[in-house]
Amino acid sequence: MNANFGADWLRDAGRESDVVITSRIRLARNFAGFPFVNRAEEEDRRQILDLARRDIIEGELASQMLWVDMNEIPQLERQVLVERHLISKQHSKGGSPRAAAISAPDERLSIMVNEEDHLRIQVLRGGLSLSEAFEQINEADDRIEARSDFAYSNRFGYLTACPTNVGTGIRISVMLHLPALKMTGEIEKVRRAAQRMSLAVRGYYGEGSEAVGDFFQISNQTTLGKSEHDLLEDFEANVIPKIVEYERRARRELLEKRRVILEDRVFRALGVLRHARLLKAEEALEKLSYVRLGCVTGVIEGTRVEDVNQLILLTQPAHMQRVLGRSLDQAERRVERATLVRAQLGGG
Amino acid sequence: MKHKCDKCDAEATVHEVVIKNGVKVTKHLCEAHAKDEGIAVHSHAPINELITKFVMSHSSKESEAPAAEQCEECGMTWSEFRQSGLLGCGSCYRTFEDQLGPLIERAHDGGTHHIGKAPKRNEGLVDRERRIASLRKKLTEAVRAEQYERAASLRDELLSAERPGDEGPQD
Repeated sequence: MNANFGADWLRDAGRESDVVITSRIRLARNFAGFPFVNRAEEEDRRQILDLARRDIIEGELASQMLWVDMNEIPQLERQVLVERHLISKQHSKGGSPRAAAISAPDERLSIMVNEEDHLRIQVLRGGLSLSEAFEQINEADDRIEARSDFAYSNRFGYLTACPTNVGTGIRISVMLHLPALKMTGEIEKVRRAAQRMSLAVRGYYGEGSEAVGDFFQISNQTTLGKSEHDLLEDFEANVIPKIVEYERRARRELLEKRRVILEDRVFRALGVLRHARLLKAEEALEKLSYVRLGCVTGVIEGTRVEDVNQLILLTQPAHMQRVLGRSLDQAERRVERATLVRAQLGGG
Repeated sequence: MKHKCDKCDAEATVHEVVIKNGVKVTKHLCEAHAKDEGIAVHSHAPINELITKFVMSHSSKESEAPAAEQCEECGMTWSEFRQSGLLGCGSCYRTFEDQLGPLIERAHDGGTHHIGKAPKRNEGLVDRERRIASLRKKLTEAVRAEQYERAASLRDELLSAERPGDEGPQD
């Protein structure tokens, strides 16, 4: 994981990238014949780790997979993986035997071993790309399953430690940038509509986080009684395009009827980012969100969406320290963050 | 189809069907009146809360299902599950099927059975070996603990697992 970030979704913003940041799918799986992680002895967990490693290597899931033992890398590196959406916070805490396998250099496929379930397989892609993501994750799942049996029941499907994930074990999660809906207050309608459809709306940092900088994650909550295919189609043909269209309409209205207000927000944000000397992570995210809006609406020229996406990641605490190659306390990070952003956005 | 709340003019967002003495009663309520009636509105409340509510509203039923009931595989009890919200192993789903069924149905918006991908079950050699090894270990333990009934059923399972071409017991 080098500073220049091979991650695919950072290099290629993908389809509908004016609104959709990433598409993510994960599958929860457990090997048959072992207790779930929360009930497993140290020795069981070690065996699960070995088994997963063997299956991942023999299954040739990607042309190159990195195997990362969570207990062998420093906390900062684990935090980098969390910020890159490759592992969960819970997984980064380490402790008992746990690992992650990550496809390199594209970082599209990642597998957490011994998180809440034995395996949490994930595919992450830029823009709206759920069918491709599903195709890849399904293939990875097949290849592992050809080598090991998963805990499965005819009634409940794939068995998971938490009954809220049982069945398909699938979570589809799309990260959206909805600044115009936020500005017009219509975001609440989206929230309510999502709730009616049993979808969760979360913030940039996932579970339990508020939406900072107008980034919202929409994901399914139910995993039993609906096939992967139906759920996928629901997202790809219905839910997401509707929200995308809704956001675009709100942007058009802002451009046509309240252009000066939109421009003011965007240029104020750009002004702060180009000249601030101290920047908190949240403030950076909030202002970058407006700059992104400025890019995709043509209010700002010469800045690419990809550059803004990268800055969003680079200004997060672990990435800052990783890029600068030394550990920084919070006060130092604010100074360095402001310096980095100024340099990237051509400020002074 | 949209319904008005049975008790006011607001749109009903909570619908409950109760079968009482063989008669089907359907209620349509707005959020506020549903709350008054004590019907949980947040269908996606955290699982712990869901469990507590569910168990409380079925407290008489719970005394029938002994809290001490234990999963044979991993030793998990229902009350342990209620505390952590996590099951101990795949067999827990069978052990606690009666208690889990309604809970799962609520968490999954009425979903009761799996629809979708299923394993192809071309059981690999390694898995067969692993299953046999695990069965042997359990058999030894059962004999040592003088659990002869369990030992006998484990022996049968072991015999069938060792027979080539036999898929072994599925869930």
